[in-house]
Amino acid sequence: MALSDDDVRRVAELVRIGLDESEVKPLGEELSRIFSWIEALREVDVAGVAPMTSVVEMQLRERDDAVTDGDCRDRILGNAPAADEGHFVVPRIIE
Amino acid sequence: MAAGDCSAVELVEACIAAQGAAADLNAVVAATAEQARAAARHADQRRHRNEARPLEGIPVAVKDIFCTRGVATTAGSRILDGFVPAYESTVGAKLWDAGAILLGKTNMDEFAMGSSNETSWWGPVRNPWSPAAGPSLVPGGSSGGSAAIVAARAVPAALGTDTGGSIRQPASFCGVVGLKPTYGRCSRWGIIAFASSLDQAGPLTRSVADAALILQHIAGFDPKDSTSADLPVPDLHAALHGDVKGLRVGIPAEYRLDTLPVAVGDLWEQGIAWFRAAGAELLDVSLPHTRYALPAYYIVAPAEASANLARYDGVRFGRRSAGRDPDDLYTRTRREGFGEEVRRRIMIGGYVLSEGYYDAYYLRAQQVRTRIAEDFRTAFREVDVLLTPTAPSSAFPEGAKTDDPLAMYVNDIFTVPASLAGLPAISVPAGLDDDRLPLGLQLIGRAFDEATLLRAAAALENAVGTLPSPMGSA
Amino acid sequence: MTGARTIVGATGEWELVIGLEVHAQVATRSKLFSGAATAFGAEPNAQVSLVDAAMPGMLPVINRAAVDQAIRTGLALGAEVNRFSVFDRKNYFYPDLPQGYQISQYRHPIVGTGELRVDLPDGRTRVVGIERLHLEQDAGKLVHDRSATDSHVDLNRAGIPLMEIVSRPDLRDWEEAGAYLRKLRALLRAIGSCDGNMEEGSLRADANVSVRRPGASLGTRCELKNLNSVRFLMRAIEVEARRQVAVIEAGEAVRQETRLYDPQRNETRAMRSKEDAHDYRYFPDPDLLPLRLSEARIEQLRDSLPELPDEIRERLIGEYGLTPYDASVLVAEPGAPGFFEAAARGRSGKRVANWIVTNLFGALNEAGRPLAESPVSAETLGQLVGLIEDGTISDRIARDVFEEMFRTGASPQSIVDARGLRQIQDTDAIDAAIDAALAANPGQLEQYHAGKTKVLGWFVGQVMKATRGQANPALVNARLRQKLDADGAG
Ligand SMILES: [Mg+2]
Ligand SMILES: [Zn+2]
Repeated sequence: MALSDDDVRRVAELVRIGLDESEVKPLGEELSRIFSWIEALREVDVAGVAPMTSVVEMQLRERDDAVTDGDCRDRILGNAPAADEGHFVVPRIIE
Repeated sequence: MAAGDCSAVELVEACIAAQGAAADLNAVVAATAEQARAAARHADQRRHRNEARPLEGIPVAVKDIFCTRGVATTAGSRILDGFVPAYESTVGAKLWDAGAILLGKTNMDEFAMGSSNETSWWGPVRNPWSPAAGPSLVPGGSSGGSAAIVAARAVPAALGTDTGGSIRQPASFCGVVGLKPTYGRCSRWGIIAFASSLDQAGPLTRSVADAALILQHIAGFDPKDSTSADLPVPDLHAALHGDVKGLRVGIPAEYRLDTLPVAVGDLWEQGIAWFRAAGAELLDVSLPHTRYALPAYYIVAPAEASANLARYDGVRFGRRSAGRDPDDLYTRTRREGFGEEVRRRIMIGGYVLSEGYYDAYYLRAQQVRTRIAEDFRTAFREVDVLLTPTAPSSAFPEGAKTDDPLAMYVNDIFTVPASLAGLPAISVPAGLDDDRLPLGLQLIGRAFDEATLLRAAAALENAVGTLPSPMGSA
Repeated sequence: MTGARTIVGATGEWELVIGLEVHAQVATRSKLFSGAATAFGAEPNAQVSLVDAAMPGMLPVINRAAVDQAIRTGLALGAEVNRFSVFDRKNYFYPDLPQGYQISQYRHPIVGTGELRVDLPDGRTRVVGIERLHLEQDAGKLVHDRSATDSHVDLNRAGIPLMEIVSRPDLRDWEEAGAYLRKLRALLRAIGSCDGNMEEGSLRADANVSVRRPGASLGTRCELKNLNSVRFLMRAIEVEARRQVAVIEAGEAVRQETRLYDPQRNETRAMRSKEDAHDYRYFPDPDLLPLRLSEARIEQLRDSLPELPDEIRERLIGEYGLTPYDASVLVAEPGAPGFFEAAARGRSGKRVANWIVTNLFGALNEAGRPLAESPVSAETLGQLVGLIEDGTISDRIARDVFEEMFRTGASPQSIVDARGLRQIQDTDAIDAAIDAALAANPGQLEQYHAGKTKVLGWFVGQVMKATRGQANPALVNARLRQKLDADGAG
């Protein structure tokens, strides 16, 4: 499975990782090598096999509907690179 | 470990001194000496009042992937530069509640992605077994700092996390015990996520008994983690008698690789002989899907990681790069904040989940996982534990595999299958190779049967006897 | 499609095809995956937990009440409740989405296909297919007006439980879309799974709109996002459909895109978004297990459902003889059926319904108050209708009395007594007033006798005026006619 340059650019954009144009080709080659190794999985007969959802047979646990958290704005904003008047701040979005 | 023949203050001071002496290992990224000293004084007071808790005064180093309240936590990444959690991981809180003392946050591969501790923003960790002359050896990874600092005798126990082998493989490389509990045994709350369906916390220690003691106090149900198992934790100490008469030990045929170094193969044979001598019943078993474990892992883990690491966007915590709009900010922050291996795995994860590829990659990998889990279930109908090598080699020199991701990934060939099946597994130091570097043997147990696993591990440890320490003496 | 509106363009007739995706906030105290509060109007970031802010190492734990309400809503829509459903991560980057993914349900939603019956003002009924209902987290809010260069992020809404209810493209005009949304809101309110408060954002609709020649295959659709009132929804659909017709008739093609409605300009415009931005890379959230529902749980929730709007509607028509339209309007308003039944006890249901639908709802609407805060109670409205029915006051007087009741909250009897509005039934008093009116207006009397019988009405007006509206109009009419004709003969 070979990744094209466009594949590499498209995925990099999806996951928001900046790439220099010079990195596209080598990264694509490296990923292609990894994916041809991964291709081995095609040999496995998976017809009718359920995908694993959890290693242990367990029920999803549900919690009671009660307010037990929040009201801790200082803890929420304490690590923010930029905050103002109780808000996180990001450069403006133009919609 | 809990012998209590010296005071907590003395023990902590000795460890602080040893960590200082071992500074060249680069195993600790955040020292917590002052708070540890205060905690030690407090521990001694409790002891005098006869209020000692089970781990009272025992210093424990913690991988920098555990969020520690008020202590910087980076997961080995530049993108978390400056992040100080306002909360403590469940597992950490349980340790401190049992009386243990935080002594050092340990270096690790960035976001636990690596098998050599060379991807850390803090730089590589040096294996204390590195020869005095010659290149530094890697400690393994990703819990390389935890393994190295325990091996260097600078702390009696450390916490690590294991996603595909990240406790067991560095334990093998550094000559310490490394235990990965059953998935769901220990809470993941407050541990920075790499691959949520695989991550599990566990101890690195010098003995099987210490590993059991630590696990006893970090295990248990946590309502804050939806994947935490609501099961009682057995008395693990009781399992340490080491009597394995009649225990059925399985040897998986598929783990006998042609490429296995002679020393590793010989040690495995030695392990088989030890168990036979101790009265265990040795059985050949087959795990037919073993060879698909690594490729499946390299789909599932990066896919989950690509989403888990989306929150590192420079908005709410950590390092931010300037950007003209949010997308520009994200793209720069993540490019500059993440190292090469993390970026590579996020790319792999993004690709396998993207439109048109989900079924072929992610879904298929999760189906293969089911197959692998079935293999183990079948084997465990006939045996009680499995015995395998932990890693396909001993510690290798720094830089030896950094240019070849696939060569690096193969380090986890023996550890990943149990991870994919969620099974408990332990690496026990079992001998030295021709270069006098430690090698571990791995035992894999049934889900939630850590007791039997530890019983077998104690027997193995007994049979091995005393190994030299990295500093030369026993 | 019979009855639905079409758009007549320069080249002929166009039909609309509309599907709605409604996001309904589940009525819970705490968030879908954290214990932070959901109450409206808190200080910014005051109702945010470490989980909602996606701090490293935080994990979701699901709220049982949100699951229960989704199941109840599914049952009320007559839909399949899936015994197995899965929470997926929907991956995209946006500053209001702290995790970098929304936890939603994609391949296996909790509720499958169902339907909603919609009654239209012209008496038609349309049964609209429900495609699915799934649970998901809401995102936070961006505030753009605090700075010229920055946006501020408030995560109070981040993690609030939503039900996304997706209809089939079965709606054919904006009236139908509005009626569908009203009906859905009534249903959610009736069972208590959502408060339906659109001003506070508890209910928002996205509309998929396309146009086609009647009976032709589907055209390209545009999605109108975040319509937060029934009125805006209807106006947005109409203006968007007209835009699409104009585009096609100008020889161009409609582009599939997301558009925003601007109520000020009454127009829609395309959102600025990247073309490739919609590969959400859904996969099951590994922090959560699949949700498996037992039969017992579903049956227990079924038993917890109150009488549903359609059931109430049928009963109101059958028991009280209401028109289907009045019955539909009553069930669309929360609390109204109960209000109606209390007021109608021992009285004409039809008349009471008419008073509620026309007068009371009109007044409440004008005052911007919900029925729950009505100054006129079911009891006093019933008394008012009782006074009309026993002839104490006329319909016209009743309207005045109602106005005062609405203003002051007083009982109709006390208003009638205090203002002396009791209808005059006494023929002597009425005769006296008639005599006075005839005597005072000889000119008009002359006209009547000359054959302009229309003047009779004018005299009725004079008499009513003289009695301040209190005379029984039927009686006035009869006595006046009698007198005029007797005069003429005499
Ligand atoms: Mg949608
Ligand atoms: Zn939605």
